[in-house]
Amino acid sequence: MKTDIVLSGVGGQGILSIAATIGMAALENNLFLKQSEIHGMSQRGGDVQSSMRISDKEIASDLIPLGGADLILSVEPMESLRHLPFLKEGGWLVTNSTPFVNIPNYPELDDVHAEIKKFPNHILIDADAIAAEIGSRKSSNIVMLGAASPFIDMPFETLEAGIRKIFGRKGEAIVEKNIEALRAGRDFTQKNK
Amino acid sequence: MEKLLLLGDEAIAQGAIDGGMSGIYGYPGTPSTEIAEYIQHSKEAIDKDLHREWSSNEKTAMESALGMSYAGKRAMVTMKHVGLNVAADAFVNSAVTGANGGLIVVAADDPSMHSSQNEQDSRFYAKFSFIPVLEPTNQQEAYDMAYYGFELSEKFKIPVLLRLTTRLAHSRAGVVRKPSKAENGVSLPENPRQFVLLPAIARKNYEVLLGIQPGLEKEAEESEFNTYIDGTDKKTGIIACGIAQNYLLESINGKEFNHPILKISQYPIPRKQVNKLLEECDEVIVMEDGYPVVEEMLKGYQEAGTKIRGRLDGTLPRTGELSPAVVAKGLGYDVNEGPAVPELVQSRPPAMCTGCGHIDVYTALNKSLAKYGEGRVFSDIGCYTLGALPPYNAINTCVDMGASITMAKGAADAGLVPAVAVIGDSTFTHSGLTGLIDAVSENSPITVIISDNFTTGMTGGQDSKALGRIEDIVKGIGVEEAHIRVLKPSKANMDEVISVLEEELAYNGVSVIIPRRQCIQTMKNKTLAAKIAELGLK
Ligand SMILES: Cc1ncc(C[n+]2csc(CCOP(=O)(O)OP(=O)(O)O)c2C)c(N)n1
Repeated sequence: MKTDIVLSGVGGQGILSIAATIGMAALENNLFLKQSEIHGMSQRGGDVQSSMRISDKEIASDLIPLGGADLILSVEPMESLRHLPFLKEGGWLVTNSTPFVNIPNYPELDDVHAEIKKFPNHILIDADAIAAEIGSRKSSNIVMLGAASPFIDMPFETLEAGIRKIFGRKGEAIVEKNIEALRAGRDFTQKNK
Repeated sequence: MEKLLLLGDEAIAQGAIDGGMSGIYGYPGTPSTEIAEYIQHSKEAIDKDLHREWSSNEKTAMESALGMSYAGKRAMVTMKHVGLNVAADAFVNSAVTGANGGLIVVAADDPSMHSSQNEQDSRFYAKFSFIPVLEPTNQQEAYDMAYYGFELSEKFKIPVLLRLTTRLAHSRAGVVRKPSKAENGVSLPENPRQFVLLPAIARKNYEVLLGIQPGLEKEAEESEFNTYIDGTDKKTGIIACGIAQNYLLESINGKEFNHPILKISQYPIPRKQVNKLLEECDEVIVMEDGYPVVEEMLKGYQEAGTKIRGRLDGTLPRTGELSPAVVAKGLGYDVNEGPAVPELVQSRPPAMCTGCGHIDVYTALNKSLAKYGEGRVFSDIGCYTLGALPPYNAINTCVDMGASITMAKGAADAGLVPAVAVIGDSTFTHSGLTGLIDAVSENSPITVIISDNFTTGMTGGQDSKALGRIEDIVKGIGVEEAHIRVLKPSKANMDEVISVLEEELAYNGVSVIIPRRQCIQTMKNKTLAAKIAELGLK
């Protein structure tokens, strides 16, 4: 078993919580894990990327090779396209459809969506709307994790357990909202893939 | 033993705690910050009451750690690579004093300059100073090296440099712990003059330093961190330093690859293994995440006529960090890139946060300076450096921490008046003070803006030594009270900010303006809120 995931988004959008949840699940499954994150300057509203490698065999590199990712999981649509050279043939592009516009020259959203739709293996999901429906706008990153979960080779329950561990400190209500978000994302993908 | 999931930085911190360290010293700087932060939050470290406060800058940190080592206890200092420039005087001389309690200096280098002004390689400093280096390949080695580094330091009575790069510092993996060691007690150096670097003593110490080099080399030759994997195809041999080994193994995974591989993670360079490789192979490719340090050294090392390849002959790119793709291309493999990035994707540079006080400072400054013309704002290193980008385009320099006040002074000396310095609160206490003394002593016509947000913002909101002290410091240095102006930068207050700026720009002497508003990223920090309230700073 081996899944290489590129996580992308804009600083402050919560990709490190996604990474931490997957990391917890990987530990639960006794898998090897290497997760490289971006700290520092780019966290101030710049583009951020994290690579996540899970395997039942030892992993050499902290970085995913070009053309090697099974999955690009992005919480922002334009950012999902920035890391395409990492995507393996037949890999999945799973992205939020809601843009985060903090630059004056952000491209037309329809054009961005059209680029994403060129990939047969894509999931384009309005995670912000789904999170709002649940009544937990902050959980849109976890909706995205749910949407990507069918392509991550680990039992779904272990991701739920990961959420309990990561969000446990913040109280039961927040844990439950995030589990709801995770499931809603997964359901969307199962209906639309 | 217990297994933890740790960043490379955190693994170093845990290794130091378990290795019997009594104190960590440092100044924040990406990618090194998480080492001290881990210790500040570690329950074990708090229970043992290990020293874990930030220092004013890297030099004060290095010297405090050397003081702890003098007193017989184990100490660690952490910094980013450019921090070692600030600490360099103490670092280079600490090799001549030597250590008493184990002393590890951690420098986190940033090839590709993800968050830095340059990509200098700290191994050069170690070579220059005759200090041994440990360069971990993975998180487990990072842990093991912190633990072992104190032993190495105490065995040879010398500080040890632990050097890592961004990718390992900020990548997480499983780490197995070792049994925890007790701290040392206080004990003075055997030789009471060891730390007195008067020339006559320094000359003796220097002989000692040179004398231990063969022993350090032997230690590296026998080190379990330096591994030799033999191969049958001796046309090409590989030397992979630290994290380069990972990219190498990734690139050859599933391929027929029978070349010998020497991994170097402990320096001085293990001469025995290097000579074997050079004698047996027609050519050797050297892979390093940083400068071609080993490559350059090998060029003068061998007699066998072996061809040395690497960053200097274009086998690998001259600049930037290594990656699996870069290494695979260097080995001559085809790299199968995924789809190209569509043209519509725009770059998204970092920016000041919406609502940040620095923004209001720049809005006012741009207006007040309009009548004097461009090119007179000397800035410094912090979030406010982002004022260089549109729409502000408000600053003209950013060089190194503390350079704003001093460069403004030099430009004013040259006749560029008024000259403005923009510096943050933490950078001011890091290295702005001494420059302000220069300016005051000559009453230079400069306007210094200390944009005070109560924190070290750029690196994630660490404590600022300047908190509640700036006016007193500035007054103490001798800036006239009438020209120390504290105000609140905000949209509502814009007219006042502009008029104060205009008054002080017109003043022919040193003025210090302190725009003061809390960093919005720290609003949830309860400890900071309590301190601000206690100091009556609101
Ligand atoms: C010698 C050196 N040490 C550390 C750093 C990392 N660094 C960059 S900006 C910064 C913080 C600056 O804080 P402050 O001046 O208060 O400005 P703020 O970011 O809060 O606006 C630090 C520590 C560096 N670039 N150089």
